[in-house]
Amino acid sequence: MNRIVAKRVVTTFHSFKVVRRGLSNDAVIGANSPSTNDQVNTAYKEKLDLTNDPYDIAVVGGGMVGMAFACALSSMPLTKQLNVAIIDSNPALGKQDNIKKDDLPDPRVSTVTPAAISFFKDIGAWQYVLQHRHAYFDKMQVWDYTGLGYTRYTASDVETDILGCVVENKVLQSSLLSCLQKNTEFQKTVYPSRLTSMTVGLPTQPNSATSGIAKLDLSDGNSLFAKLVVGADGGKSRVRELAGIKTTGWNYSQNAVICTVKHAVENHCAWQRFLPAGPIALLPIGDNFSNIVWTMSPKEASDCKAMSEDDFLKAVNHALDYGYGPHPQSNSDGYSGDHSWEVPPNVIELASERMVFPLSLKHAKDYVANRVVLIGDAAHTVHPLAGQGVNLGFGDASALSKIIADGVAVGADLGELSLLKKYEAERKPANLMMAAILDGFQKAYSVDFGPVNILRAAAFQVAHYVSPLRRNIISYATGRQKWPLLF
Amino acid sequence: MASLKLARFLLNSNRKFPNQFSCFTKTSCNLQRRLFSDVTQQSSINLSSSPPTSPPPFHDSTTTSGGAGFGRRTPISSSLNESELLKFSSIAETWWDSQGPFKPLHVMNPTRLAFIRSTLCRHFRKDPCSARPFEGLKIVDVGCGGGILSEPLARMGATVTGVDAVEKNITIARLHAESDPVTSAIEYCCTTAEKLVEEQRKFDAVISLEVIEHVANPAEFCKSLGSLTVPNGATLISTINRSMRSYAAAIVGAEYILRWLPKGTHQWSSFLTPEELVLILNRASISVQEMAGFVYNPLTGRWALSDDIGVNFIAFGTKNSQ
Ligand SMILES: Cc1cc2nc3c(=O)[nH]c(=O)nc-3n(C[C@H](O)[C@H](O)[C@H](O)COP(=O)(O)OP(=O)(O)OC[C@H]3O[C@@H](n4cnc5c(N)ncnc54)[C@H](O)[C@@H]3O)c2cc1C
Ligand SMILES: C[S@@+](CC[C@H](N)C(=O)[O-])C[C@H]1O[C@@H](n2cnc3c(N)ncnc32)[C@H](O)[C@@H]1O
Repeated sequence: MNRIVAKRVVTTFHSFKVVRRGLSNDAVIGANSPSTNDQVNTAYKEKLDLTNDPYDIAVVGGGMVGMAFACALSSMPLTKQLNVAIIDSNPALGKQDNIKKDDLPDPRVSTVTPAAISFFKDIGAWQYVLQHRHAYFDKMQVWDYTGLGYTRYTASDVETDILGCVVENKVLQSSLLSCLQKNTEFQKTVYPSRLTSMTVGLPTQPNSATSGIAKLDLSDGNSLFAKLVVGADGGKSRVRELAGIKTTGWNYSQNAVICTVKHAVENHCAWQRFLPAGPIALLPIGDNFSNIVWTMSPKEASDCKAMSEDDFLKAVNHALDYGYGPHPQSNSDGYSGDHSWEVPPNVIELASERMVFPLSLKHAKDYVANRVVLIGDAAHTVHPLAGQGVNLGFGDASALSKIIADGVAVGADLGELSLLKKYEAERKPANLMMAAILDGFQKAYSVDFGPVNILRAAAFQVAHYVSPLRRNIISYATGRQKWPLLF
Repeated sequence: MASLKLARFLLNSNRKFPNQFSCFTKTSCNLQRRLFSDVTQQSSINLSSSPPTSPPPFHDSTTTSGGAGFGRRTPISSSLNESELLKFSSIAETWWDSQGPFKPLHVMNPTRLAFIRSTLCRHFRKDPCSARPFEGLKIVDVGCGGGILSEPLARMGATVTGVDAVEKNITIARLHAESDPVTSAIEYCCTTAEKLVEEQRKFDAVISLEVIEHVANPAEFCKSLGSLTVPNGATLISTINRSMRSYAAAIVGAEYILRWLPKGTHQWSSFLTPEELVLILNRASISVQEMAGFVYNPLTGRWALSDDIGVNFIAFGTKNSQ
């Protein structure tokens, strides 16, 4: 059934409290039906009059991270009774799951780490991912264009079955939505709109740093009140801006070209090669498809987008094989075939449009302010290499939901800074570390100079041949370990 | 997960306090004198208020601020210690400033609420996984100050009455609770435990945290708390131990006193030891079932529950059924 309405989408009201809003779970509301619009408006007016009955939490941004956070709240006994608003004009939020298995894979994909997979399992969303296209991979090969170094590892190096899973973003998004809709006990209201302004704290309460509630104004003219505002509104976060939180970082003078490609055989390995202009990654996405994330200068990116399909495929195959430099030597000493260098499978067909994204590194100076907390890209954007971006966000969503549960257990005011600071203390150092590592990698490859190349290659060789180090790096990259290099 | 933490509290609850209580006899002579100051008058607890004590400014809400108007005499004994109340009255504006003079209470709050949650859930057979486990319980917070404890209790579902002898505190508490319908349901009154007893009020749980070290007569105060508790109900008290360590930590300890607490908030000699508290609660028909210490970790800036009752501690007791 279609739950989109003109003003708002109302999902479920199996509430333990009095149903405050006028629409029930089973109401089927057509977007164009005037009678139901009236109904909605009445419900909305009632809500406005109840300005002293605020939401516990308003999640601004129903992207993958905001939705994962809402799901996490709906899945825990202590938090599932919270009254939550989700604000996002993204139409995907009101949609039925209409992804077809035989659609070609979308070029926007995420590499989900084992840590994020167990989070999805905990909140009950992974089962929906499994109903769609997804590609587990158990091998990873990273090498560089100088031919001096490579590293290749398998899941068994760290005694697991998989190193990660590549999933289309739209699948993650719709799985989280299905999961949220299944938890009918959870009181949530979706506002299909955008945040325009925000006021925190009420002036009537002197000398109280934690006083008041936040008032949110939306682009459709609606307003709502919440005790806590969760900014999950992406890299250009409006919440962050309105809360006056500054960021540090820079735009890489780089773009990423992404697309779906087809092979003659199925790919089970995640491949990444560092080229002079930036890395190219070839990620399995199921059937005979792979996803390409190729970092390069803006000029090269627009060339790549403009060139003919054949030329582009040639360029990709070139970049993943002999282009820019020789194959690394496969040292077979001590390692079985599983660890020797291989050529990635040939790309035979372009299966989607080519999309270009600018890259940036941005880190919020604070993750929290009075009654405001940032998660996901709103708090940090990192270089897409190693596919950590959204995984850091899932880590944020998981940590924040647990801290909120701890707060509920002791009757805390959820917008209280001291509670939110615990989240910041848990996430900020870890995310900064990952951002610095990815940025360092990026920087190391932006220099093409003999001695630097050899150093880089040496680092690869060390990483490849020193087993504990190698295990450590994999554990860190797969999210099983919070800190790198702690043996 | 929160539930895991709770489980840990439950496990830890089987403490070794009974043994510690057995050392009463040694000091009992001393205790008698200290604890029943109304009998012996010459008490080391009752420092500044001059007996016989005077009634509080119960409903005389317009003029009072703290210690004012204590001159009238009544037959009921009073727990009011005028000079202590004046201190609280003078800093009432800062109750909700989490970095202000009451910072220790703010920081300690989650820890002590975790103890209250686990003991009350167990005692009243409430679901510890519920967001509002105290639904259906009537709780009084005696010496509620600005409502730092009353508000979370209300959010946890309790029907809360908060009382404090200082009118200004009650004003601040009411103002702060207004913004949220859940906390605005708290009944705040400027009154004392004795007065509530006189009015024959009864509560499922009586909670008085960090108050007993400021009252004129701890034994009488505990009696009032006992009378406010329904049979088989619960009483919770927290305070600072009269130990050498607490002396060092709370009075001399530069960080605690200089940065957190205004000078003279506590007089070490008026602190009770856990043994003394158990004894006077016993006389008030409350048997202490469980005790825990709060220990401060200066590295994390957080408090944790522990077996160490050497400095700050909390006691959970039940009212005998009779
Ligand atoms: C080229 C590229 C490749 C990437 N590859 C990977 C990868 O392989 N693996 C990986 O883990 N990560 C990858 N990332 C990063 C990943 O896409 C992001 O980290 C992730 O999308 C962040 O999710 P989010 O929910 O925080 O933000 P977003 O996905 O940006 O979602 C923000 C949401 O907020 C909404 N919104 C914005 N403003 C407002 C407002 N004012 N009011 C209401 N709603 C608002 C938007 O509509 C949107 O739905 C890649 C990124 C890029 C650019
Ligand atoms: C240290 S504060 C504790 C506040 C609160 N219980 C808490 O722990 O957050 C002590 C409070 O007890 C109040 N108080 C002191 N003596 C009292 C008495 N005899 N009766 C009622 N309240 C009293 C003071 O006004 C002050 O607000």
